[in-house]
Amino acid sequence: MKLTLKIWRQKGPNDKGQMVTYPIDNIDGDMSFLEMLDVLNEELIHKGDEPIAFDHDCREGICGMCSLYINGEAHGPDRAVTTCQLHMRKFKDGETIYIEPWRAKAFPVIKDLVVDRSAFDRIMAAGGFVSVNTSGNTVDANAVPIPKADADKAFEAATCIGCGACVASCVNASAMLFVSAKVSQLALLPQGKVEARDRVLNMVNMMDEEGFGNCTNTGACAVECPKEISLENIARMNREFLKASLSSEA
Amino acid sequence: MSILDSKIPTGPIDKKWSTYKNNIRLVNPANKRSIDVIIVGTGLAGGAAAASLAELGYNVKAFCFQDSPRRAHSIAAQGGINAAKNYQGDGDSVFRLFYDTIKGGDYRSREGNVYRLAEVSASIIDQCVAQGVPFAREYGGLLDNRSFGGAQVSRTFYAKGQTGQQLLLGAYSAMSRQIGKGKIKMYNRHEMLDLVIVDGKARGIIARNLVTGNLERFSGHAVVIASGGYGNVFFLSTNAMGSNVTAAWRIHKKGAFFANPCYTQIHPTCIPVSGDHQSKLTLMSESLRNDGRIWVPKRKEDAEAIRQGKMKAIELTEDQRDYYLERRYPAFGNLVPRDVASRAAKERCDAGFGVNATGEAVYLDFATAIERYGREKALTSNVENASLETIIELGREVVKSKYGNLFQMYYKITDDDPYYTPMMIYPAVHYTMGGIWVDYNLMTTIKGCYATGEANFSDHGANRLGASALMQGLADGYFVLPYTIADYVADDIRTGKISTELPEFIATEQEVKERIERLMNIKGTKSVDHFHKRLGKIMWDKVGMARNAEGLRWAIDEIQKLRDEFYSDLRIPGQINEFNPEIDKANRVADFLELGELMALDALERNESCGGHFREEYQTEEGEAQRDDDQYAYVAAWEYTGKPSEAKLHKEELVFENIKLVQRSYK
Repeated sequence: MKLTLKIWRQKGPNDKGQMVTYPIDNIDGDMSFLEMLDVLNEELIHKGDEPIAFDHDCREGICGMCSLYINGEAHGPDRAVTTCQLHMRKFKDGETIYIEPWRAKAFPVIKDLVVDRSAFDRIMAAGGFVSVNTSGNTVDANAVPIPKADADKAFEAATCIGCGACVASCVNASAMLFVSAKVSQLALLPQGKVEARDRVLNMVNMMDEEGFGNCTNTGACAVECPKEISLENIARMNREFLKASLSSEA
Repeated sequence: MSILDSKIPTGPIDKKWSTYKNNIRLVNPANKRSIDVIIVGTGLAGGAAAASLAELGYNVKAFCFQDSPRRAHSIAAQGGINAAKNYQGDGDSVFRLFYDTIKGGDYRSREGNVYRLAEVSASIIDQCVAQGVPFAREYGGLLDNRSFGGAQVSRTFYAKGQTGQQLLLGAYSAMSRQIGKGKIKMYNRHEMLDLVIVDGKARGIIARNLVTGNLERFSGHAVVIASGGYGNVFFLSTNAMGSNVTAAWRIHKKGAFFANPCYTQIHPTCIPVSGDHQSKLTLMSESLRNDGRIWVPKRKEDAEAIRQGKMKAIELTEDQRDYYLERRYPAFGNLVPRDVASRAAKERCDAGFGVNATGEAVYLDFATAIERYGREKALTSNVENASLETIIELGREVVKSKYGNLFQMYYKITDDDPYYTPMMIYPAVHYTMGGIWVDYNLMTTIKGCYATGEANFSDHGANRLGASALMQGLADGYFVLPYTIADYVADDIRTGKISTELPEFIATEQEVKERIERLMNIKGTKSVDHFHKRLGKIMWDKVGMARNAEGLRWAIDEIQKLRDEFYSDLRIPGQINEFNPEIDKANRVADFLELGELMALDALERNESCGGHFREEYQTEEGEAQRDDDQYAYVAAWEYTGKPSEAKLHKEELVFENIKLVQRSYK
């Protein structure tokens, strides 16, 4: 395959940045998208140019590190995959591919296609946990049965990989899908119910402070989510938030 | 007499840990506030330790090279975590888990450490459930279990094919709580490049800020290395692209002994290599062997036809297939341990029965399971006189609910749908049992420097059983280190903050600076990846699944030559003081180029076959690994002396008081 790549290059956070065109040849359909970029980088290094910086690590779709906006879609045209699991057979010979970083105020660009997603960590630190210390003396794991349906729903919400595709896809750069996945997981489990009220208030507050936008129910986040996190989670978080806002402190 | 003291407590095996805990020194809460602990790596071992130590009151500084602690490669573990809960009532116990682990490790691990691991395993499940980890459950609301290789009980807890993710996010959320409280100071995008030793004790690290490229100094009263394994020395492995040996190798060069580096786990079920562009290999969970049957064609002509694309797997009838694991190992069948399954696949492919265009693949087939589950489902959902098509459709649904994400991953990578055609799999480098030598306290041969999780060597011997890595990482982090570290830092309650202006910090930073400048100034013609790939090829060909003395000697020689070439022809574009991933990679590959040589040396020195270490010269008539317990029942702990090939060997004899050494058999 022969392709034309138009890639966002930006030296640093304060640089203006621009799209740069790179032709590339001999691309195999079995290559992953990132392996295609490896080939380009190898060529750039050979020519004495600076390779393109992009985030990646596990290359099996679970770490959430890779993050490209490809032809106007987070993680590219395929559904339910991260960029590292996107394969070149999804593109046509001769195609032009546009590659950009996540664009959101809360995710400033570090270099080229690499952005700073530490805002997600700060939202987690505001309440994305159950306050239980490590002791070896908690109750037996089977002491509290959990209906399978609840456990399964909690699991589905918990499969969020924190990649930020939801934010990148949203016209408002909202982080509602990410935040609601964690709020939902813990709200559905008896272990998380104890702190449910504070959790949802603190996490939503932090989300606002970090500069993420509001949700206007376009649903783009769920379409682009590589883990197919459901919009139901946002509805559940809204209910949790309302309940918490209206109730007095316990 | 060895200079190595494993510090295993005396007394009966089932009392060692509790006696130990009752006798160690504690640090009172007020004093914990004046103790700083550095933790390098935020996977299960590091993340769990960071959270637990911070909860206890210590000041933790945690480091990861990724952009968030949640991304450590523990996240990619799929199948499950073992624990001796015996919820299934199938005869499991702490002793049985201990026994299976020692046997699975081919009798090359320490009894004391392994028993402790089995003992705390049950608490891990309790702790994780309390954190909100959504394990798989039965309809009655209780936890579900599955079986893994090398065990005849169901003791594996799981969360679909994302168990590692769920456990890591549990540890990450526990860390997040402490980060919010300021008890953990988290350093993302930082990579440890050296250890600082002051008066013979580990007192800090030099780390590179991967965003600015600047070197930074950090001090602490103890340093914990939880940086994972070194499988990436093979370039192609199931490890993440960034997984590296640097933290471990740096402490090795500063005095920590490196134990059993040749013990590498080659996982039997990975997606085969598809071309030269390949950057990593993807694992298909061992849990698939619960329901998948492994086979190759019985006749060479059929294998040949399949390789040429003239025939399809599903065209072969039952009697034209060789379910070779079921044939060779009737007692364990498809659930033999990983080393055995990998070698058996290699044996069939080498003999010319491999499928795939490359001839390096075998089938993992779900047709039988789909039909079995389908019949069961038809009965329980009252579908009367179901046709075979309906049954298979129902069966596919059941298989989807069990392994859906794995099947999807396979489909996305290969473009083949495993619901309709068997998967093709081949062994790939997955885990390293070897690692930094530690005593019972998990302390290395450097005072105050600890190694936990995959980074140490202690629990898995020469072969790790499936679902035991998660168990060990969390056991070390949640339940072992928090006790053992107290006994050491109890001496430091009056020490006060360690200054990073000490001459040792300045000198170590200078060493690191010069190292990076040396790499930058080569200004050669070849990229880091170029060298990494060549190293990987040498390692896979000669220090991989099967090894022999001649090949190992050749490998040592070749690696030395490659290292010389690396230092004369490497090209790193860009600048030092900026975000520059090529420098990150160069630092890692420089260390892999030394480690590879030590691995080959260790493999050459060990004139026996055991677990993941298979020397062609030492096998039984049936082609099984042949141990030599009289000569080699020891841990090989290597001391760095200036050159990897001249490392000095120290032996820690392994003492077996509770388990009798026998030829490992899964027949």
